[in-house]
Amino acid sequence: MYLKTFTKGIFQRNPVFVLLLGLCPTLAVSTSVKNAIGMGVAATFVLVFSNLFVSLLKNYIPRKIRIPCFIVVIATFVTMVELFLEAYLPALNKSLGLFVPLIVVNCIILGRAEAFASRNPVSLSLADGLGMGVGFTLALMLLGGIREILGSNTLYGYEFIPGFQPALIMILPPGAFLTIGLLLGLFALIRSRREMREKINSEIKPGKSPSIIAG
Amino acid sequence: MIGELFIIFIGVVLVNNFVLVRFLGLCPYIGVSRDLKSATGMGIAVIFVMTLASAATWFIYQYLLAPGPSNIWFGLFGDGIDPSSFDFTYLRTIAFILVIAALVQLVEMVITKTSPTLHRALGIYLPLITTNCAVLGVAVLNIDTFFKGGEAVSWSLLKSLTQGFGAGVGFTLALILMASIRERLDLADIPPALKGAPIAFLVGALMSMAFLGFTGLI
Repeated sequence: MYLKTFTKGIFQRNPVFVLLLGLCPTLAVSTSVKNAIGMGVAATFVLVFSNLFVSLLKNYIPRKIRIPCFIVVIATFVTMVELFLEAYLPALNKSLGLFVPLIVVNCIILGRAEAFASRNPVSLSLADGLGMGVGFTLALMLLGGIREILGSNTLYGYEFIPGFQPALIMILPPGAFLTIGLLLGLFALIRSRREMREKINSEIKPGKSPSIIAG
Repeated sequence: MIGELFIIFIGVVLVNNFVLVRFLGLCPYIGVSRDLKSATGMGIAVIFVMTLASAATWFIYQYLLAPGPSNIWFGLFGDGIDPSSFDFTYLRTIAFILVIAALVQLVEMVITKTSPTLHRALGIYLPLITTNCAVLGVAVLNIDTFFKGGEAVSWSLLKSLTQGFGAGVGFTLALILMASIRERLDLADIPPALKGAPIAFLVGALMSMAFLGFTGLI
């Protein structure tokens, strides 16, 4: 059950590619894998702890003012991340820039607090937060990897293919839109192929009555 | 002075467009851009909220958070204490998001009372302005650009207002352009896998490329 909650956030309900949440930081910081990991880890930290505290406090928060309460909880952890990055990782802090304080308005975090943590026990909320965070980080890394390879011919700062002429446009803003548009199209294509295959499989399988298939 | 404000305005509308170059406010950009009418309504709501938020956050930062003689806490309790020790700038994120949430609630109440049609059209997106990163983004950006080391540059309130208003206009411009294109896309023959969000992002890529042409304008 915990494993299922955890993996759900990574594949089935990936926050970026399936739910289309948290797009702003996804597109903005995915110019390199390093930035992607930095943002992913920071958001995961906030996600796990906000889920934990929202779940712990869910019986004490009045229903009507729950959103402002969640926001205060989230903003507290974002401020911690901000101060930590400023003190220990100033280079990363500089390249993430505006998007560190903006973790507070990342729809994934408020969305999970509202949709999951405020209705589920603490341990499940932790698993959900971790799964969503890892899913977000992986999506960022995928996007960052593609853009870094094509845009500057490096991966995590190391040269990727010697002699390859990188296309600068991929690390500029249009490259982000292009990459995520094509990736979403690719996933939609894979999904429709799989559905079609399942449909065919279930039709040729004997022993199943047609009424079940139709239903 | 006017020239400086004009440069800020053009810079934030065209050169560093909030949606297409800075990637702020993408959720409504994809979500509310299906038809022109709701895009316009959303745009106007965002312009209004952004300008108000720029003013509100400027006052909060200048008088409650930033260190210095204008800090209200220093004025109240600061007898014989160095003004620089009244530095609450680390509370920026929490203070700003709460102010913005309250503002959005206010705008929602006003719109519900004055235009029920607009309220129906905007649906769930109005409360979502709270988590629209463009609004918090412009507030943080104002502080980053118009407060050097905790001290306000000259005319910083007017500059913040211009930047807030311009950011809203830039957002609306991108949203309306996108909505106009998507109204036509509905009739176009698109590969089934690209229907919906993927094609919207690809259109965004082309528009973003067009906006790159404004680089170097100022």
